[in-house]
Amino acid sequence: MNIIVCIKQVPETTEVRINPETNTLMREGVKSIINPFDMYAIEEGVRIKEKSGGKVTVLTMGPPQAETALREALSLGADEAILLSDRAFAGSDTWATSYTLACAIRKIKDYDLIVCGKQASDGDTAQVGPGIATHLDIPQVTYVKKIEEIKDKTVRVERMTEEGYEIIESGLPVLFTVVKEINSPRMPALRGLMRAKSAKIIHWTHKDLEANAENLGLGGSPTQVVKIFTPLPRPSGEMLEGDVEVIARKLADILNKEI
Amino acid sequence: MPIQVIVEKCTGCTMCVKVCPFDAIRIMDKKAVINLDKCNLCGACEPACKFKAIFLEKPEASIRKQDIGQYRGVWVFAEQKRGKVQPVVYELLGKARELAASLGTEVSAVLLGERLEEEVQELIWRGADKVYVAERLELANYQDEPYTNVIVELINKYKPEIFLCPASSVGRSLISRVAIKIKAGLTADCTELAIDKDKKILLSTRPAFGGNIMATIVSPDYRPQMATVRHKVFPESLTDMKRKGKIIRESFDGRLLNSRTRLLDIVDEIEQTVNLSEADIIVAGGRGLRAPENFRLIEGLARSLGGAVGASRAAVDSGWMAYSHQVGQTGKTVCPKIYIACGISGQIQHLVGMQSSKVIIAINSDPYAPIFKVANYGIVGDCLEILPVLTKNLREVLRK
Repeated sequence: MNIIVCIKQVPETTEVRINPETNTLMREGVKSIINPFDMYAIEEGVRIKEKSGGKVTVLTMGPPQAETALREALSLGADEAILLSDRAFAGSDTWATSYTLACAIRKIKDYDLIVCGKQASDGDTAQVGPGIATHLDIPQVTYVKKIEEIKDKTVRVERMTEEGYEIIESGLPVLFTVVKEINSPRMPALRGLMRAKSAKIIHWTHKDLEANAENLGLGGSPTQVVKIFTPLPRPSGEMLEGDVEVIARKLADILNKEI
Repeated sequence: MPIQVIVEKCTGCTMCVKVCPFDAIRIMDKKAVINLDKCNLCGACEPACKFKAIFLEKPEASIRKQDIGQYRGVWVFAEQKRGKVQPVVYELLGKARELAASLGTEVSAVLLGERLEEEVQELIWRGADKVYVAERLELANYQDEPYTNVIVELINKYKPEIFLCPASSVGRSLISRVAIKIKAGLTADCTELAIDKDKKILLSTRPAFGGNIMATIVSPDYRPQMATVRHKVFPESLTDMKRKGKIIRESFDGRLLNSRTRLLDIVDEIEQTVNLSEADIIVAGGRGLRAPENFRLIEGLARSLGGAVGASRAAVDSGWMAYSHQVGQTGKTVCPKIYIACGISGQIQHLVGMQSSKVIIAINSDPYAPIFKVANYGIVGDCLEILPVLTKNLREVLRK
């Protein structure tokens, strides 16, 4: 079983603070982490490999410093890491991003399963996973919460929905996006950390891919950002004071009015 | 260089520094300097500069659709489950009518499934001028490939200029595939949609970076312009039983229905009578409740109000509540009319999952808890004392 896990390096949003005076983002000193949802994808890939053999390749597209995210994935049990980094990729929207990742996966060639997190915590679009599957013309199952069985060349999984879940069977290769419920990611072991430190990260630029330049970066992206602004802060609220009975009565009246 | 500071125009005012989501701009010698290793070419700085000192090279779309003018009309994907059109579709139809009015065009719904007679009528009453219907046994339940193939076929045949889709587990999976296949611009989870009066294009606005920043996104050179919207962002359109519309039944090549995945079973497991993302009222608890058994106070209040129970990640991670109740970045995003946060401090990950609620009430013993920053009504105090009294008072008020 050859598994490719696609990850993204994102700012750790806990540390993003709003400057109260200018009402803008303060990103200085914000740490970069692996997108939290991708941690489940890495863990699931490694678990499948441990059970059925094969290898796990982690793939990311980003600036040179995204190498840190790949090393962390290696420390968690991935075998190989590939970084797609090139100015030609800058400004990519979800269309161009999934195109570029799909080109890299075509180059990797030998794969049975692609695993992605359900979405990235900074963009929240949930488009890149299905986008990769479509570019590669393979099936997908989104929001996978459990892999029930992998046998021969078929897999059976549970897909989370708003009301519960669906049981879906698919041939291989297939792309899954996974949700938090699928597993509890492990902590890196010392041996993994040591290995990750010295492991070689493969770097690819657009020249390494058989990609149509018209589909890359800003020029290959159908969407453009025309305006970025800070939302109006919520008007400051009213604090209810007094003893418990008084507060409860006030609150009951408010609720009665709002319902 | 794809992005440049025009030094003669730059005054060093720092406006661009403040809007840069990537911390890529610094002022050096009173001029802005862009660090290209950090810059993502997102374009936030260009409109923020009042002196037009930032030049962002926007390459002409090389695969620009030649026939943009032929694309007309606003379409809504009428997601159905078990033969029932989902309420979010009626919310999208309301917005689609506004957009179509600005463009002087019509609204169409596209409905895939099996035996949908009554639903077709309802879509017309709710604002669709046309309903495209594809009824086949294979389309009864959502499956990625057949749905994608049929939608792509219909878009290529009828050429709508705007295509709206629910940001649901079905909609997000479907529309991502469609947008790739036809190379269209897709903006996820929009909170506002409008038409640019001069250019006649769709302006899609969405939160970015965990809701701290809003971005307006366009796709001027590709059609249709696609957007997804979550449930409860826009109001539902009202039923007008006098409305008339046209029903177009589609036939197509059966090969479009091929699927490499097979849906074996659908399992519903709503533990509660009210689904969290559907609820109008949510009472949520966090670690401030101090012990798992105190969640019964939350449940009691929720029951009196006919609402659902939510929980913070801290409460879920402590094993006090099931994950299906978790609100926030790694849980559910909710937008009820009333959200009551009890003993929840309000970490940013929680806030992004609930801050678009209409009215937020927060009860917390720490007067500096961040939850109070988003609350319409705040109470500094102990939930364990306040909740029982509130529930009792509320029952009396509601009885009247």
